[in-house]
Amino acid sequence: MYVAVKGGEAAIDNAHALLAHERRGPEDIAEIAPDQIEHQLSLAVDRVMAEGSLYDSALAALAIKQARGDLIEAIFLVRAFRTTLPRFGHSEPLDTAKMAIERRISATYKDLPGGQVLGPTFDYTHRLIDFMLAAGVTPPQPVEAPAERGAVPRVTDLLDGEQLIEAETPRDGEPVGDLTRAPLDFPADRDLRLQALARGDEGFLLALGYSTQRGYGRTHPFVGEIRFGEVMAEFVPEELGFAVPLGPVALTECQMVNQFHGNAEQPPQFTRGYGLVFGQSERKAMSMSLVDRALRTREFGEDVVAPAQDEEFVLSHCDNVQATGFVEHLKLPHYVDFQAELGLVRRMRAEHEAARETLREAAE
Amino acid sequence: MNAPAPVETGYNFAYLDEQTKRMIRRAILKAIAIPGYQVPFASREMPMPYGWGTGGVQVTAAVLGPDDVLKVIDQGSDDTTNAVSIRKFFAKTAGVATTTRTAEATVIQTRHRIPETPLAEGQILVYQVPIPEPLRFLEPRETETRKLHALADYGLMHVKLYEDIARHGHIATTYDYPVEVAGRYMMNPSPTPKFDNPKMHRSPALQLFGAGREKRIYAVPPFTDVVSLDFEDHPFEVQRFDKPCALCAATGVYLDEVVLDDRGGRMFVCSDSDYCASRRADGHRGEMAGDALPAGQS
Repeated sequence: MYVAVKGGEAAIDNAHALLAHERRGPEDIAEIAPDQIEHQLSLAVDRVMAEGSLYDSALAALAIKQARGDLIEAIFLVRAFRTTLPRFGHSEPLDTAKMAIERRISATYKDLPGGQVLGPTFDYTHRLIDFMLAAGVTPPQPVEAPAERGAVPRVTDLLDGEQLIEAETPRDGEPVGDLTRAPLDFPADRDLRLQALARGDEGFLLALGYSTQRGYGRTHPFVGEIRFGEVMAEFVPEELGFAVPLGPVALTECQMVNQFHGNAEQPPQFTRGYGLVFGQSERKAMSMSLVDRALRTREFGEDVVAPAQDEEFVLSHCDNVQATGFVEHLKLPHYVDFQAELGLVRRMRAEHEAARETLREAAE
Repeated sequence: MNAPAPVETGYNFAYLDEQTKRMIRRAILKAIAIPGYQVPFASREMPMPYGWGTGGVQVTAAVLGPDDVLKVIDQGSDDTTNAVSIRKFFAKTAGVATTTRTAEATVIQTRHRIPETPLAEGQILVYQVPIPEPLRFLEPRETETRKLHALADYGLMHVKLYEDIARHGHIATTYDYPVEVAGRYMMNPSPTPKFDNPKMHRSPALQLFGAGREKRIYAVPPFTDVVSLDFEDHPFEVQRFDKPCALCAATGVYLDEVVLDDRGGRMFVCSDSDYCASRRADGHRGEMAGDALPAGQS
């Protein structure tokens, strides 16, 4: 008797066993440890933490190992783990002016309070494959200098002092939205848009940000400032009533200064685009701030003409866990729907043939 | 029926925490109160990918109790990879009993089919829904489609169906075929073939629809009118198959086409594997069942 082919539990178990085997690779090569990934592939770990929306570098490193280096798969693992964690509250707003700066650059001022700090960066390196790395050469000790004391003011705060840039006013009393706890509703406010962008796919946001530079929703951006370093996260437990430090969080913040805006009532002012991500990712923070500004089109009474300005388009498609799931679900069986289409096409072809036959007979 | 497995430690019963389940139950209650209306809910990330049944899994997790008996089907079959995976997930995280028998199940999660065995009062059918919005491919914007639903302005869909008739001679929608629920909301039945649409009409079972990625839940309460859209001169009709099932000789059921060779050989077998197996157990034999009975006795 013929039995239609089925997946079968044994086949699935075998496929998973084979996956584990492939993950390990040849046994004569040392197995990679999560702490090696955490500390030596730290930018991959940063991306998984950022788009996984969970600040836990050890977990992100383990997810990268489990995902065989597929970062979107690792992000997915982290998200699924995050779902199961209880949420006991939210932190106080982070004060990035108090960041322990590792890198801080401005493209709008040659020099400024706090200085330009280059920090660890690929910028200005020649992208030549370094064959010495394969040989395992110990790098020279970096030069050290005492850290600057005191807060480093944000460039946008300097502009704000002269009212040259729009003021960033918190919405008093209104709680900040959380799209992981409430469904996204359109039109979405900026808090939710920024949250969606912060966990959005780096590649998608990069392409959208790029498109604004190429004329699809131009915003005339300047990098007011990019800073990377650690900021203390603080939390107010209800029973204490005052803020206690939870621990430092490494962040990249980008503040874009964009084309000015003004009307009969308001004198011209620069506008803002904002990006903030876990870890060190300037590409993501910059893309995010370009897209944030583009998504404020409606707010400034401008026409929505480009994809990056279209909030339903951007927010509905920026999540790579959602996107990869739905694209890849096409691998699942679709027998019954395909059968329905097959039946219809056959019927339509038969009708088509019959109609031609009738025509032919009429002609003869 | 399989005995419950020991619950996997480290996770709450049926994976989701109780607060999340309560949130989902509220959305389900609202959905039942407004049949066919898409209720937004705070869909969670699940350990299976979006588009692979996360909405259905969250609804099932929210309605499942320790005494429930769960059946999971995909394309009508209990054996397809994703059905196996989801059934294992709940056996592991909830420790509930599972079954492949439609009549034994209290909760049935499905993708793309409604079982052939008629459902009974007290059963819950949970559909996995990829695109909950029936108007989505006519109007991509959620802000617009919500307005159209609010105004019950369904002209777009009628025009689309009319254009099908004008172009092809009949309505060329074979699955995802839109229905009107309780005389009010237009609803997407999920990508079940339109063959299954009549089964939704006044079904004694509760029908729940979960769309995880799109964050929507909707429902058809028991004994509710579900009418497939059509025109007076082009009434709704379902697919018909020329032959009975080659294994169990069933007629009036949905069949899958199985390619036997590269010379055009085909056989048609029940898409509902449980229905087919139980008919064969009852002695029904199709023409390609190995031990076929003489014609007329099946």
